[in-house]
Amino acid sequence: MQAFLDIFDIYLLEAVVNGILLGGVLALLALGLNLIFGVIDVTWICYAELVMIGMYGMYYMVQVFGLPYWVAAPFAILLVAALGAALHYIVIAPLLTAPPINQLLATGGVLFILQSFATVAFGIDFRNLGIRLPVLAIGEMHFSYSRLLAFIAALLGMLAVYFFMTRTYTGTAIRAISQDRQIMSLMGVDTKRIYLITSALGGALAGLAACLLVLQYDVHPFVGLSFGPITFLICVLGGLGNFVGGFIAAFVFAEIISLGGLFSDLEWGYVLAFAFFIVMMFIRPAGLLARRS
Amino acid sequence: MNSRHAAWGIGLAALIALPFVYRDPYHLHILVLILIWSFAYTAWSIMGRFGLVSLGHGGFMGVGAYITALLWNHLGVSPWIGIPVSMVAAGILALIVAYPCFRFRITGHYFVLVTLALSGIVLQVITATRDYTGGSLGYTPNRAPSGHGLMALQFDDKTTWYLIALAVWVLGLLIWRWVDRSMSRYAMEAISEDEDAAAAAGVNVTAEKLKITLISALMTALAGALYCQYQMFISPDTVSGIAVSLQMVFAVIVGGLYVSLGPTVGAVITILLAEVLRIGFGTKAVGWDNLVYGVLLVIFIIFLPKGILGSVLDRLKTQPKPSGSK
Repeated sequence: MQAFLDIFDIYLLEAVVNGILLGGVLALLALGLNLIFGVIDVTWICYAELVMIGMYGMYYMVQVFGLPYWVAAPFAILLVAALGAALHYIVIAPLLTAPPINQLLATGGVLFILQSFATVAFGIDFRNLGIRLPVLAIGEMHFSYSRLLAFIAALLGMLAVYFFMTRTYTGTAIRAISQDRQIMSLMGVDTKRIYLITSALGGALAGLAACLLVLQYDVHPFVGLSFGPITFLICVLGGLGNFVGGFIAAFVFAEIISLGGLFSDLEWGYVLAFAFFIVMMFIRPAGLLARRS
Repeated sequence: MNSRHAAWGIGLAALIALPFVYRDPYHLHILVLILIWSFAYTAWSIMGRFGLVSLGHGGFMGVGAYITALLWNHLGVSPWIGIPVSMVAAGILALIVAYPCFRFRITGHYFVLVTLALSGIVLQVITATRDYTGGSLGYTPNRAPSGHGLMALQFDDKTTWYLIALAVWVLGLLIWRWVDRSMSRYAMEAISEDEDAAAAAGVNVTAEKLKITLISALMTALAGALYCQYQMFISPDTVSGIAVSLQMVFAVIVGGLYVSLGPTVGAVITILLAEVLRIGFGTKAVGWDNLVYGVLLVIFIIFLPKGILGSVLDRLKTQPKPSGSK
């Protein structure tokens, strides 16, 4: 009996730690989406597809052109940042005054475009970088270095965004716009420019996430569907546009998936997470950290 | 008014007569698909036109298709009973999710994302229970022994299926029209403008929204079950999940959200496009149809938010009209 409990506890602990590691990357994704929503008031349904394109970018630079991982990563981040800015310029900018639902659906169209573009251009085969990082063993628990690396890099990325938002003029302008859209253009802030910068920043975060996820998962055209929906739910759970809420919600979600997956199949972890989300929507509709009005 | 009724009558008669005159199985197959999907898209548009944009309809469709097929295969329950059961299940699911949504005023983005979670749940449950549902590999209802086709709602004959699909499609249009003419429409339009004002004016906001949602979910489940019975193969990708939900939204937006035949026009365009690309490019076409869909969707939302049919009708309306017509 005692032996059984010991093993059980180690698996439990391993799942908890893995959940935290997963939460880091999810929090990074949620931050990007929240940034876009908070500032431009648009939901990019296709956010995870940007990540997918970034993952393909990494794959081609590393596997086909033979660049080292550390050289390829900044290029991938720049690529997705440019993609984010282009998405804003081409699709969102003409729709800024349209009903919010139309903006959401237009990015849904972009989701189709990116997915099928990847299918047409890269085929539906699963690809990976061929980089296998070693596994860290503490006692009887096993953690992959790729997850640890992803967790640390995600935290650093979020910290960088935090300093950018609080210490620079542009960052301050972005935060100000998210508080009052009309006034800021009267105060001499070029909203169009700020929107474009925010979109590029959101894209860059997706690019960073792509560099980290490509170490853990194979890339294929539909890989976005495996973490895209989760990212939206995290943002809504934390309160759309609420950065701290999104951060906490990411870890809550990651733990539910990880622990749910421990007791049963991984899919049930997702089912639990989705169900938890729906229940939470009824208890705290405006997000985890919202004050009751 | 009379000329309009006559046009509908003649059109319908022509559609009923069609399979007796023209029997090319491939073309009938395409027509059946168009009719079934038109019905599903019409179901979505009944909610969507009032600003209740749901991405959960993939979930309702999955429930309709899978419960019907599972009851038949595992318990031997005839689809004649299985389809109503699956519709009730989808209705209950819709109420469970929608009631708190409407009660707590979850609207706009939030409503879209809650319903997105719903279709995510249905997809994951189907995949997770792969011992029963075949998971992502798909699922085939058992063939009925010969002579029992009617009981199992399985017909080899395309003409029969065409007539069934036609009847269901007409039913969908009638429901659309009934909602369009009812008090609910005014209530829902008031709600989509301003919920508080509508409530102050005496509209029971929650009840009205629930009614529309329930109608839409029941119809979508029926569409899923019919699709399953017709194709005799379902997989999570074709009848459930977020991709299917987006496909519904896309077709309706392209056809026209605010006119009764808009979803049908959307279904005709999307299905013909997919077929033309498939025949033109063969297996190389994988992905191309969705690429074209996506580009069209973005272009439509930016330039023609009322859809093809909606814009055409608008164009016609602005021209001087003969007296007496509505």
